Amino acid sequence: MNAAPAPLDIGIPFDHRQSAHCESGVIASLLRHQNVAISEPMAFGIAAGLGFAYLPFVKFGGLPLFAYRMPPGSIIRGLTRRLGIEMHFETFRQPAAGMQALDQYLSRGRAVGIQTSAFWLSYFPPDMRFHFNAHNLVVYGKRGDHYLISDPVIDIRVECDADSLRKARFTRGVLAPRGLLYYPRYIPSKLDLPRAIRKAILYTTGMMLYVPVPILGVRGIRLVSRKIRNLNPREEHRNKLLLGHMVRMQEEIGTGGAGFRFLYASFLQEAAGVLGKPGLAVIADELTAVGDAWRRFALHAAKMCKGRMPMDYGLLADELLHCAQRERGIYKQLRAEIK
Amino acid sequence: MGHSKVLYALDEQGHYAATPCSGWEAEEIVLDQAIAEFERRAADAWQRARQGRGSALEYHMYHRRMDLVLLAQSTGFCKWRVRRHLRPGAFPKLSDRCRQRYAEALGLTPMQLDTLPEQP
Repeated sequence: MNAAPAPLDIGIPFDHRQSAHCESGVIASLLRHQNVAISEPMAFGIAAGLGFAYLPFVKFGGLPLFAYRMPPGSIIRGLTRRLGIEMHFETFRQPAAGMQALDQYLSRGRAVGIQTSAFWLSYFPPDMRFHFNAHNLVVYGKRGDHYLISDPVIDIRVECDADSLRKARFTRGVLAPRGLLYYPRYIPSKLDLPRAIRKAILYTTGMMLYVPVPILGVRGIRLVSRKIRNLNPREEHRNKLLLGHMVRMQEEIGTGGAGFRFLYASFLQEAAGVLGKPGLAVIADELTAVGDAWRRFALHAAKMCKGRMPMDYGLLADELLHCAQRERGIYKQLRAEIK
Repeated sequence: MGHSKVLYALDEQGHYAATPCSGWEAEEIVLDQAIAEFERRAADAWQRARQGRGSALEYHMYHRRMDLVLLAQSTGFCKWRVRRHLRPGAFPKLSDRCRQRYAEALGLTPMQLDTLPEQP
């Protein structure tokens, strides 16, 4: 269809490390590539990636959106803003131009992050191929017609043929990637981690506790709890789809377990060392316990969907409420601890 | 699947570490459920298309794990047009350009788009 560009044979040395989440994984590995030592949890925490949102007006296959984190794109933007790193972002109208630009960066020896749909990536296992447009990965080379890819959610390096990658980069619809391509353009010689950590924790806790909208943060969790309690028992098939969908958002879609709670606890543990505040490590343990409670909820909900446990909306609602209460306490403690 | 992913978990010393994990009960159940739902819809659509009550387009849409909204977004057609195109009467009359847009969005050739496979 498009004129084939000259074949490339480039493999930029790139350290592939599997991570829990695509966006925090990509930005952490792009920064590590530039000799900035940063772990995935640290990247996620400083980006203030943790959150909770229940968006009944955004539908996926007729089901509302449950998000356990901030919207796509905000991890890269949040992290780099708080650390004073400047990113280069580029989108394209024409797929051909987008593919050409990618080839040019590669031939200049630059590994770049790109946003794609998860469905069209040929190396994805069929189980994971859903129409989700905000997947992120790093392209570090090209051999003939195949791009060399470090995909943070896959355990090994992979390859993708040019046609599939073009399709994945230029799908349309909600969160359409429009060929988005990015790399860090400027990194300050000294990064002020403690200050960034403080600001990020204040942001996340403020968002979870005080945003005056009932569908966000801890109030959002409580609202979902009420919704589950009031589900109409006569619409069991739909209710099961809804619960299954929620559990998938929490456990399946690259969250590192318990809807990013374990990832954030890991960040708090690391932050305790950086700030010299052992109190944060104690709070990290509590968040781990809440993460376990989230997983208990997920397990019960899944078992009820499968018929391995009698359906009990009240029990699930209580478990969610328990998570909400405990998270509220944790965020308040966190604010007190870093002040 | 044997596909492994990363979970953040505590080691014996109580430190968090990225740990490979191959899935657990809750995750498997909900993943199976989501895939089964798409397969159920595709099979229904296949049945309808066989009996002349639905179109091949509807089958391909569910087979590609899409629904009406997603198909409309990825072709750029508005929802009511897609809904019309899904009907067995309207689908064979589509222009080549429309057909091409559907084929592109679904990753099929226009030939494949017109035909219903032997099995759902």
